[in-house]
Amino acid sequence: MATETSASSSDFIKNLGKMYGTYTGGFIGFIILLAIMEQMGVPNKILGYLFVFFTLAVYAIIGVMTRTAEVSEYYVAGRRVPAFYNGMATGADWMSAASFVGMAGTLFLLGYDGIAWVLGWTGGFVLVSILIGPYLRKFGAYTVPDFLSFRYGGNFARALGVIVLVACSFTYVTAQIYGTGLIASRFLGMNFEIAVFAGLVGILLCAMLGGMRAVTWTQIAQYVVLIIAYLTPIVILSTKKYGIPIPELTYGQAIAEITAREQQMIATGLATVANLKPHIAPFINYSPLNFFAIIMCMMVGTASLPHILMRYFTTPSVREARQSVAWSLLFIFLLYFSAPAYAAFSKLEVYTNIIGANVGALKPWIFNWGELGLIQICGKNAGSIDAIIAACKAIAGHPGVVRLQDFVINTDVIVLSTPEIAGLPYVISGLVAAGGLAAALSTADGLLLAIANALSHDVYYKMIDPNAPTMRRLTVARGLLVVVAVIAAATAATKPGDILAMVGWAFSLAMAGNFPALVMGVWWKRTTATGAVCGIIAGFGLCLFYLVTTRYFPGAGVKYFGMTSLLSPLTGAPVVDIAKAMALPNAMESFPTLAHPLANKIGWFDLNNIACGLLGTPLGFAVIYVVSLLGKEPSKEMQAYVDDIRKPRGRTVLEERTT
Amino acid sequence: MPDSKTMKEREEAHWSKTSRLMFIHLGVWFFFGFVIHMFVVPLNKITIPILNFPLGFYMAAQGSLIVFVVMLFMFAKQQDKIDREFGFAEED
Repeated sequence: MATETSASSSDFIKNLGKMYGTYTGGFIGFIILLAIMEQMGVPNKILGYLFVFFTLAVYAIIGVMTRTAEVSEYYVAGRRVPAFYNGMATGADWMSAASFVGMAGTLFLLGYDGIAWVLGWTGGFVLVSILIGPYLRKFGAYTVPDFLSFRYGGNFARALGVIVLVACSFTYVTAQIYGTGLIASRFLGMNFEIAVFAGLVGILLCAMLGGMRAVTWTQIAQYVVLIIAYLTPIVILSTKKYGIPIPELTYGQAIAEITAREQQMIATGLATVANLKPHIAPFINYSPLNFFAIIMCMMVGTASLPHILMRYFTTPSVREARQSVAWSLLFIFLLYFSAPAYAAFSKLEVYTNIIGANVGALKPWIFNWGELGLIQICGKNAGSIDAIIAACKAIAGHPGVVRLQDFVINTDVIVLSTPEIAGLPYVISGLVAAGGLAAALSTADGLLLAIANALSHDVYYKMIDPNAPTMRRLTVARGLLVVVAVIAAATAATKPGDILAMVGWAFSLAMAGNFPALVMGVWWKRTTATGAVCGIIAGFGLCLFYLVTTRYFPGAGVKYFGMTSLLSPLTGAPVVDIAKAMALPNAMESFPTLAHPLANKIGWFDLNNIACGLLGTPLGFAVIYVVSLLGKEPSKEMQAYVDDIRKPRGRTVLEERTT
Repeated sequence: MPDSKTMKEREEAHWSKTSRLMFIHLGVWFFFGFVIHMFVVPLNKITIPILNFPLGFYMAAQGSLIVFVVMLFMFAKQQDKIDREFGFAEED
C-alpha cells in the first residue's frame, strides 16, 4: 500500500461509498448477532468484551491497512479526502468522550443554561468556514504553525504557534484517554489504569503507522459506530413512550410534562422552590454574561483549535473544504440536537418514577449505578433497597418517599443508563459503551496527531534539522506520537482533578492564542509580523494569567490584581465572603485544591475563568492592530501571497514558493 | 484569461464581494448565536403547537443549530458562485 499508484488510489476514493456502506451493514449485522447471542444466554460481560474488542480490531485493521511512507499522506492524507467523508471524520474528531457521555448529563443538571454548550460547540463551524478554514487549505500548510511562520516571518511565530497548540491540545488529549479508561473500566470491569493503557494501544494502532491518512479512514468508521450507538436507545425510548421514532420532536412533550411535574412536586412538598431548578428557566446556573461568554468562547475556540483546522487541510480543493465544513456540522448536529432529548427523557423518568416513590419500591436499574457510587439517595450510595432504606431512616423526619434533595446523580449516568431505563436488552448498553469508546478514541487520535505533527514537522524538521530525509522525518513523527501518547496516558492514569475543567480551558486558550493572528493574517494585509507576534503573546498571556491566577493563585489575585468574588446567578450575592476568606491562614496558598474557598470563585467582572478567551481575544486583536500600524507595511511580495490565499484557483501558496 | 479588467481590479472586486458575504453570514451567525437567546424569557411564553416546545428553549436547543447547518451549505454555494464569477474558482 505504501507505494500504491495514483490509479489505484482513485479507485479507492470511488469505492468509498461501497466500502463504508458494507461496513455499516456489517456493524448492524454484528449488533443483531450479539442480540441473538444474548437471547441464547451468553453472559453480559462476554457481550461487552465482544463489542469493545470487535470495534477496536476494526479500527486497528484500518489503521494498519492505510499505513504510509509518504510525507503528504502522513500529514494531510494526500489531500484527497472527499468533502462528505472529511465531514464525517471531523464529526468523530470533534465529538469527544465529554460530548458523548457528559453532554446530556450537563443538560439534565443545568436545564436551559446547559444549552450554552450545545450552541457553543456547533456555531463555531460557521466561523471556521467563513473566516479561516478554506484559506488555510489554499495556503497549503501541514500544520497551523506552518501558516503562522510563513505569514509572520519565521520561526519565532512558529514557536509561539507550537506553544499555543500544545497548551490547548495536551490537556484535551489527556481527558480523552481518561474517558477511555472510565468507559472501559465501567463496562468491562477492568482496572482503571490498565484500561487507560489498553485504550492507548488502540489509539496508537490507528494513528502511528498511517498518520493523518489512517486517522481519517478510522475516524469515519468511528463516526458510524458512535452515531448509531447514540441514537439507537433514544429512538427506541421515544417510540415506546410516544409512538414516534424521532426523539427530537417528541421530547417537547416530555418537557411539558417535566414542567407540570415540577409544579406538582413543589405543591406536594417533594421539592422546594429553593432547591428546584425549573428545566426551561434561563440564567439560574449561569448569569447572562457567563451564559453568552461560554457560547462565544466555545464558538471562537472551535475555529482556533488546531486539530479541527487541520482536518480541512485534507480536502482535494478549497471548494470542497467549504462543503466539508457544512457536512461536518450536519454530522455533529445529529448528535447535539439529540442530547437535550436524552436529558428530558431521563429527567422525566427521575421526576416521575424516583422522586415521590416509596424508598422501598425503587426500580432495580438504580442499584447498578448506585453500587458504583454514581447515584446517591439520602446521602449514601444507592447500592440496594436495604442500603437506601437504612440511609433514609437515618435522616430525622424523613417521610419515607424520595424527595428531590435526597437524590444525587452523576452526569455520566444519563446516557449510559438510558438503555436500562427504557428496559432494553444488555446488547444496547454494550453498543453505547462501544460508541463512547469510539468518541473518545477518535478525538484522542486527532489531538495526538496534531501535537506530534507540530513537534515533528514544525519543531524537528523546520527548526532543528531542515535537511532531514523523508524517512527520518516520518520516523521522528512516529516516535514523537508514541512519546506524547505515553505521557498523556501516564497523566490520565493519575486521575488529575482538574482534567475536565481543562478541556473547557483549551477552547479559551486556543481562541486567545490563535484566532486574532489567523483571522488578521487572512483578512488584513497590513498585519505585520511584529504585530501578530505581540498580539499572540498578549492575548494568550492574558488568558493564561486569568486562568492560572483564579485557579492556582486566588489569594494573590485578590490581593494584587483587584479580583472580586463571582456572583450567584440566582441571587446576585457574592459566592464567597472575600474578607473572611482572605483572613483564613491558607488564603495566600498557591496551587490550592478545589476545596479552597477562593479557587475558581474569584475574577474580574464576574467572569468565569473558563471564558478567559473573552479577555484575551479582544486584547490580541487590539495589539495586532496598533502594533501593525506602528510598523512598516508588509512587503509587496507578502501582500501578493495574501492575495493568492484569497483565490481558490491555482496551486497552494507553499508549492509556489518552493518551486 | 480573456478579460479587459486588470488582475488587480478583479482581485479587489472579488474580495469586496467576498467580504460582503462574510459580513452577512457573520450577522446571521451573531443573531442566531446570541441576539435571539437574549429574548428567551418572552419567547418561552410562546409554545410551538403540536410539538409543545417553549419557543425560547426550542431556538437554543434546535432552531439555531438548524440555521447554522443550512447557512453553511448556502455559504459554500454562494462563495463558490463569487469565485466563479471572477474566474478564481478551481477547475471542477
